[in-house]
Amino acid sequence: MIKLTLPLGKDTVKSLKAGDSVLISGTIMTARDCAHKRIFEYIEEGKKLPFELKDAIIYYAGPCPAKPGMASGSCGPTTSARMDSFAPTLLDLGLGGMIGKGEMCDEVREAIKRNTCVYFAAIGGAGALYGNAIKSSECIAFADLLSEAVYRLEVENFPAVVAYDCEGRSIYDDPQQN
Amino acid sequence: MRVINTKQIADAVYKMALHAGVNLTSACLEALRSARDGEDGGAAKFALETILENADTAVRKTMPVCQDTGMAVVILEIGQEVYLEGELLGDAVNDGVRRAYKDGYFRKSVCNPITRVNTGDNTPAVIHTEIVKGDKIKITFLPKGFGSENMSRLYMLNPAQGVEGIISAIVDTVKIAGSRPCPPVYVGVGIGGSFDTCAYLAKKALARDVGTKNPDKDIAEIESEALNRINGLNIGCQGFHGKTTAIGVSCEWAPTHIAGLPVAVNIQCHCVRCEKEII
Repeated sequence: MIKLTLPLGKDTVKSLKAGDSVLISGTIMTARDCAHKRIFEYIEEGKKLPFELKDAIIYYAGPCPAKPGMASGSCGPTTSARMDSFAPTLLDLGLGGMIGKGEMCDEVREAIKRNTCVYFAAIGGAGALYGNAIKSSECIAFADLLSEAVYRLEVENFPAVVAYDCEGRSIYDDPQQN
Repeated sequence: MRVINTKQIADAVYKMALHAGVNLTSACLEALRSARDGEDGGAAKFALETILENADTAVRKTMPVCQDTGMAVVILEIGQEVYLEGELLGDAVNDGVRRAYKDGYFRKSVCNPITRVNTGDNTPAVIHTEIVKGDKIKITFLPKGFGSENMSRLYMLNPAQGVEGIISAIVDTVKIAGSRPCPPVYVGVGIGGSFDTCAYLAKKALARDVGTKNPDKDIAEIESEALNRINGLNIGCQGFHGKTTAIGVSCEWAPTHIAGLPVAVNIQCHCVRCEKEII
C-alpha cells in the first residue's frame, strides 16, 4: 500500500503504476455532472473559476448530508464515464488528476498521459467508509447544486487504486486478452 | 373486507427506507463474502474486502452504505379485500420516503429531467401496484442507484433468437457495462410481456433474494447459464478482473405476443438493498 500526500509532485505521479493500491491524504474537491456543466459555462464565457484548478484533484462524487458531529455523510465515487467529455479539457488546463470509478474514454487516457497526471479508482459503493475518511468538508462553489455542488474535502488515508497511470497503462485492460 | 389507513403504509415505508439505506440484504452480504473468499489476491480482492468493511462501517455508524441512496422504488401488492382509507396511497408512500430521506441523512437524488433542479426531498417515489388475493398488503422497498440503472438495456428480440438470444442479451448488457456499474452486479431480467411489463419484471426480479432460483425449470436454467457466462467475462469486482463479475441473475417472465420476445436487463450494483413487509 502506497501512502500519498497531496498535492502530488510530478516525480510521484511518474512512480505510480496502474494497479497500485494507495491511501490518499490531503485536499481534494468534488465535482460531478451539473458542476462540470457549470465549470464549462465559466470557461466558455472566459470567467474566472471560483476555485483553483491547477494541480487540483477532482473527486467525482456527491455526498449525503453529514450527520451532526461528522465532517461528511457517505461519499463514495460516482461513474466517471459521464465526465468523459469534460476531463481532457480540464487536464489540459492544469488539473492534476481525478478520482472516480470505472473506465473512461481513450481521449481521457491520452490526456492523462499527455499531461503527466493520474486517474484513481475509488471503490464504488463504499460510501460509508469514504465518508469517514473525510476530515472536513466545505462548499466552495455552486451551492445551489446541493449534493452536486463543489466541496473542498480534507481526506485522510482515502483508499484507491491507480486506474490510469501517466504512461498510458490502465487497470481495466484485460490481461487475459493481451 | 379489511380497512387499512394509508398512514400505516406511510409509517411502514418510512421504517423500511431508513433500514434499507444503511443495510445490505443478508443474501447479498453472503454472496459478497463468498466472492471475496474466491479471489486469490490483487485489486479485486482488495476491493471486495473494502466493500465488506464498508458494509460493517455503515451499520456501526448508522450511515448510508452507499451515498447513492437511490430513487425509492416501492412495489405494493394489495389484497383485493383491502379497503384503503386516509390520504391518497401515493401521497402516503411519498410521505414515508420524504421523512426517511431527511431523518436518515440520505442524499436527495431526484430531479427534473430537463432543468435538473432537485425536488429536494427524494420524491416522487417510483410506485407500482398490483391487486392480489387476500386482505393484506405486501410492501417491497428497493432504493435503486443510478450508476447501475444507467447500464440497463431493453431488447426486442426476434422469437427465433430463443433462449440463446435471451442469454446473449443478458451477458452483452453486463459486458457493455464493464467496470462502470460497480460490479459485482446483480442482474434482474424480465422475459416476455410487452415493452413496459418486461422492464417492470426485470425490476421485480431484483427484489428477489440473491441466490434464489426461479421455480420454472427453463427460466432457472437461463439464470444459471447466464451467470456462468458473465463470470467468465473476467470483468471482476470494480472492473479489476477476477472470478466474480455478478453475484446473481434473477429472471421473471410473462406470456408475450407471437411476434415478439422482449428481454429487459436491469443492472443492480453490489449494494443490494431491499426491504419487504406485510401489513
